[in-house]
Amino acid sequence: MATQKTVIINTGCANISSVKFAMQRLSDNVSVSEDVGEIQAADKIILPGVGSANAAMDSIQHKCLTACIQTLKQPVLGVCLGMQLMVTRSEEKAQQSQQDFTPCLDVIPGQVKRMQVGDLRLPHMGWNTVSPKNDLSIFRGIPAGTYFYFVHSFAVDVYEHTLASSEYGQSFSASLHKDNFFGVQFHPERSGDAGATLLENFLTL
Amino acid sequence: MLARRIIPCLDVRDGKVVKGVKFRNHEIIGDIVPLAEQYALQGADELVFYDITASSDQRVVDKSWVSRIAEVIDIPFCVAGGIKSVADAGRILEMGADKISVNSPALENPELITQLHDTFGQQCVVVGIDSYFNEKSGQYEVYQFTGDEKRTQNTGRLTADWVAEVQQRGAGEIVLNCMNQDGVRQGYDIEQLTNIRQACSVPLIASGGAGEKHHFYDVFKQADVDGALAASVFHKGIIPIPELKDFLRAQGVVIRDDFRRKSA
Repeated sequence: MATQKTVIINTGCANISSVKFAMQRLSDNVSVSEDVGEIQAADKIILPGVGSANAAMDSIQHKCLTACIQTLKQPVLGVCLGMQLMVTRSEEKAQQSQQDFTPCLDVIPGQVKRMQVGDLRLPHMGWNTVSPKNDLSIFRGIPAGTYFYFVHSFAVDVYEHTLASSEYGQSFSASLHKDNFFGVQFHPERSGDAGATLLENFLTL
Repeated sequence: MLARRIIPCLDVRDGKVVKGVKFRNHEIIGDIVPLAEQYALQGADELVFYDITASSDQRVVDKSWVSRIAEVIDIPFCVAGGIKSVADAGRILEMGADKISVNSPALENPELITQLHDTFGQQCVVVGIDSYFNEKSGQYEVYQFTGDEKRTQNTGRLTADWVAEVQQRGAGEIVLNCMNQDGVRQGYDIEQLTNIRQACSVPLIASGGAGEKHHFYDVFKQADVDGALAASVFHKGIIPIPELKDFLRAQGVVIRDDFRRKSA
């Protein structure tokens, strides 16, 4: 895997260190970049994200990375907010925004909504079980019922692009997939051996 | 199902893990990174590192240990102690911590919670509350500067009021440390935690008092907390984490199953 180059897109949000360290534990060719050429030249790309959808989209636009990400042909893995940025739009928006939603990258049709969990607590924080649709691609060797670490209050419903689902007051997409774009709502970099297995699967796609 | 979390807490002073009784008489337990790795391997769901000197000392505290932990640990961890500003928090998060926890500085300046929420998002912001039962007034009250006995003081705030305010300001999680119970291993303060649970719509972590396996069962079952934090029972090997998790599973508590990587 030494020749494969993985680039973590520097979205400008805090805390990409944990993703970087997790990838470095699996590969010796990992870099963090916001350079279009370097991103396009990578074999594998990670789109991390912490914070809010509107702030992250502002930052991606400010760095002129929108078209670059949308036109990537190699495997891209969106993590947590990075996954949410891959769909059409998100209900998470700036308070002063005139629009009802934040337009996202739209590489996978779909929308992010605030979770409806009844009396349960939000954020949905902690280890929860995930049910992959099959034992292929990034979920190879990861059986249904495997725990991953989640921290989020917004989610995508279960629909045709759901690759794995999870339950917390409602069913939601724990993972999405369309073409070369993959997304996980949980944090594989913080999900112990299960997360490392998923990241390794992504690197060997 | 979302699992209940078992959270070892490592009190850190000068880059070493220490533990005192009722916040006093700290003794050195060991180096941070190997201890953290050991806990992750044993099945801890999350780790909390409390820099106990930081809030009560004026000096700048070396936090380089945060990135040393982040390099090797693949479970979430939170750093507490000495975070007085958005810039302080940003540095800790950049070094790879998943969450930051504020306690005394938030009491001095509650606006800090709002700023942290607006800058980093609710999921990063944990508020630690040191709550002490005042027998005279019959009320739970919030204390600050509990890392230093000489400076520890009653803030005059009722715990319930502060719990409400920190949520309204954007806290994503609350760690309620019941000081009467801390370090004495007589069980969590179920009564207080049950009360606070009803007023807490974000994740609530119980802290202070764990001494036996059934104390964890009691606090999950009766107080419905999301996680249980403990220090001495883990550091001293009184309760091995795998044994605790097996016990809780057998009692019907939802606990994360280990997943072992095939290749590596």
